[in-house]
Amino acid sequence: MRISVYRYNPETDAEPYMETFDIEVSSETMVRDALLEIKERDPTFTFRHSCGEGVCGSDAININGSNGLGCVTKIAELKEPVEIRPMPGMPIIRDLVVDMTQFFQQYRAVKPYIIRKDPVPEVELKQTPEERDKLDGLYECILCGCCSGSCPSYWWNPDKFRGPAALLQSWRFLADNRDQGTEERLDELDGPYKLFRCHTIMNCMDVCPKGLNPTKAIGHIKQLMLKNMV
Amino acid sequence: MSIPKRSFDALVIGAGGGGLRASLQLSQADASVAVVSKVFPTRSHTVAAQGGMNAALANVLPDNWHWHMFDTVKGSDYLGDQDAIEYMCRAAAKLVYELEHFGVPFSRLDNGKIYQRPFGGQSQNFGGDQAARTCAAADRTGHAILHSLYQQNIRAKTHFFDEYFAIDLLQDDDGTILGALVLEIETGEPLIIEAKTTLLATGGAGQIFRTNTNAKINTGDGMAMALRAGLPLQDMEFFQFHPTGIAGRGMLITEGARGEGGYLLNKDGERFMERYAPHAKDLASRDVVSRAIATEVREGRGCGPNGDHVLLKLDHLGEEVINKRLPSIRTMAKTFMNVDMVYEPVPVFPTAHYTMGGIPTNRYGQVVTPMGNTSEVEVDGLYAVGECACVSVHGANRLGGNSLLDIVVFGRAAGNHMIEYLKENRYHRPMNMDSVDKAMARLQRWDKSGDGETIPELKRDMQKVMEEYCGVFRNDEILRTGVEKMRDIQRRLENAVLADHSKVFNTARIEAMELENLIDIAVATVYSALSRKESRGAHSRMDYTERDDVHWLKHSLYFKDDNRLEYKPVRMKPMTVEAFPPKARVY
Repeated sequence: MRISVYRYNPETDAEPYMETFDIEVSSETMVRDALLEIKERDPTFTFRHSCGEGVCGSDAININGSNGLGCVTKIAELKEPVEIRPMPGMPIIRDLVVDMTQFFQQYRAVKPYIIRKDPVPEVELKQTPEERDKLDGLYECILCGCCSGSCPSYWWNPDKFRGPAALLQSWRFLADNRDQGTEERLDELDGPYKLFRCHTIMNCMDVCPKGLNPTKAIGHIKQLMLKNMV
Repeated sequence: MSIPKRSFDALVIGAGGGGLRASLQLSQADASVAVVSKVFPTRSHTVAAQGGMNAALANVLPDNWHWHMFDTVKGSDYLGDQDAIEYMCRAAAKLVYELEHFGVPFSRLDNGKIYQRPFGGQSQNFGGDQAARTCAAADRTGHAILHSLYQQNIRAKTHFFDEYFAIDLLQDDDGTILGALVLEIETGEPLIIEAKTTLLATGGAGQIFRTNTNAKINTGDGMAMALRAGLPLQDMEFFQFHPTGIAGRGMLITEGARGEGGYLLNKDGERFMERYAPHAKDLASRDVVSRAIATEVREGRGCGPNGDHVLLKLDHLGEEVINKRLPSIRTMAKTFMNVDMVYEPVPVFPTAHYTMGGIPTNRYGQVVTPMGNTSEVEVDGLYAVGECACVSVHGANRLGGNSLLDIVVFGRAAGNHMIEYLKENRYHRPMNMDSVDKAMARLQRWDKSGDGETIPELKRDMQKVMEEYCGVFRNDEILRTGVEKMRDIQRRLENAVLADHSKVFNTARIEAMELENLIDIAVATVYSALSRKESRGAHSRMDYTERDDVHWLKHSLYFKDDNRLEYKPVRMKPMTVEAFPPKARVY
């Protein structure tokens, strides 16, 4: 199978370029396996990866125009020639490796942790199965960046718009009955950019490798904000 | 050349659950703490833990910490240190509640309490009926805990060095640890991180084996750093093979699958665990179940065209239970095997999973080493927790659900002890530039160019040797061959060269240093295995089939120089309760 990969080494290349490899694949070959094969032929080829089973979130890349995880994407199911590029909207460090500093700053900015005002008991805080169900589809996020890296609103304003990944986590805590930080979370997201730059383009939910839906979460935050205003 | 230097009170190497629990304790005590991780923290392999964390909450069935302690001692085949095990089991409930308060989204029971499931090796009343002790967030418990701990560290403003690779510990002539030399992966620039106290929390070394459940990053970096600093590794012959890796691929299917009611079948459709463990059946200890599966396959009762695996049956649980309790592994089996466990059984085979051995510590996480006539002398300034350490709560065989517990309990304990240490050690000691030069030499060794062995080829060969000559079944001849072959690989490593000498995000160079670490650990493992002439827990010798408490109820200590082995006694005396003396181990 023919695979074309994005190459750029700032130490040696004036410009990025695409390089093509022919790789033998089976129905089980993942994109990551193919990238490893390429790296064996050319050890200078560079990309992030680790768990190989879609839980660590290291290997988010752009595959035939769509963001995804290399380790859980079967290459035989893709249109040939397969084009592999770094995730768009983030500065490129080398080959497929992007600088995710801003992405993680946006994550930190939404206070992604339980905020408690009341003292906690000596045992667990109670949560009914129904209350706990509200966290499903939210807590599973692996911070791979596929969603934010596919969001035009984030591309244009990565410093001001929190982006789908961070906002999904904001809602993960707003939706948690144990959290008591609703007011400060909503205050933090006030203004035209941080939350409201989402124009429901919905690329985020299309690309999420865990099947999560940041657009829906953002809608919930907007609704809650409106409800709190009236 | 002058290398930049940053100074902190405490340095934590590794950002999995152990490192992050320790750094949180330190940050909350207003110590300045640097966490160095070669990957972004939530990529650490704690993220892949599925089934849960043991604590005797008694939310589902009657339970108490003392029963948990008994199960852990028995599970360890009596090689676990009983003071550390008592400490861990007593702390468990409190630390689960604490995690819950940190926001971990545990699954819930109808009464709003934390959901608990049965796991292997658990019993009520010291060996009685099955217990349900494993607190779970569906089958994503490690992910839930790791993310919550990272989030708490954000709240506590811990200082992170993401994507920095630790090259070596720095030490003065007395052996006191002064911090570490690290490499910023993005720029390829070295950096000295000076610290009054240093914690190794770098995880296990599953990558020494070909088929493993581990991530690419599990290369035992901290263990190898300890070896190079002249410290021993303890009980390295005990490597856990998880009974249910996806056959041929290695991805983990949680023990929780059997905890929820799944069971194993051979090619005759026989529920064969009934023969090996009449009482606990599929929920016997991991070493027992792994050996049973391997025996079924060896004796010709394996499934599939090559008879090389057994089947894990789950379809009787129904789609609702599987979606609620085991959603991730359903997806994983679909992705990697095209098998939907709601309708079909999953092909499984034992897979290298967990390093029971590691850097010897006491129950405060202080690294200890023999000196003169004393078997445990603290190494000044150095701590280790989690899979890279050997405290030892797992002994010869770890119970499922005890590793997430281990990292949280001893991460916290080490953090607390480091805070005490900082009170007594207020100032940085003078940096030892000889030690820096030595660490720099390790980095510069890879500047060599020309023809030579390649890293991926050497890694493949090492993994194959370890799988063939240090696997589930061992004997003198097999292990001797393994030692020879590993020594050969060690020699070949000296001739390895890199084709990529660039600075910016050079992963080839990182992989070369990771392989150096792996090879040292593989050698430690096979030497320790050759020397232990008994069968205990995960270490199963066909030429010494019985446990031998008279000669071998002791910990091995492997030293890198001369591949020397020493031994030290097991700490049989618990903190407050009566010791559990060794008994025949039946499930």
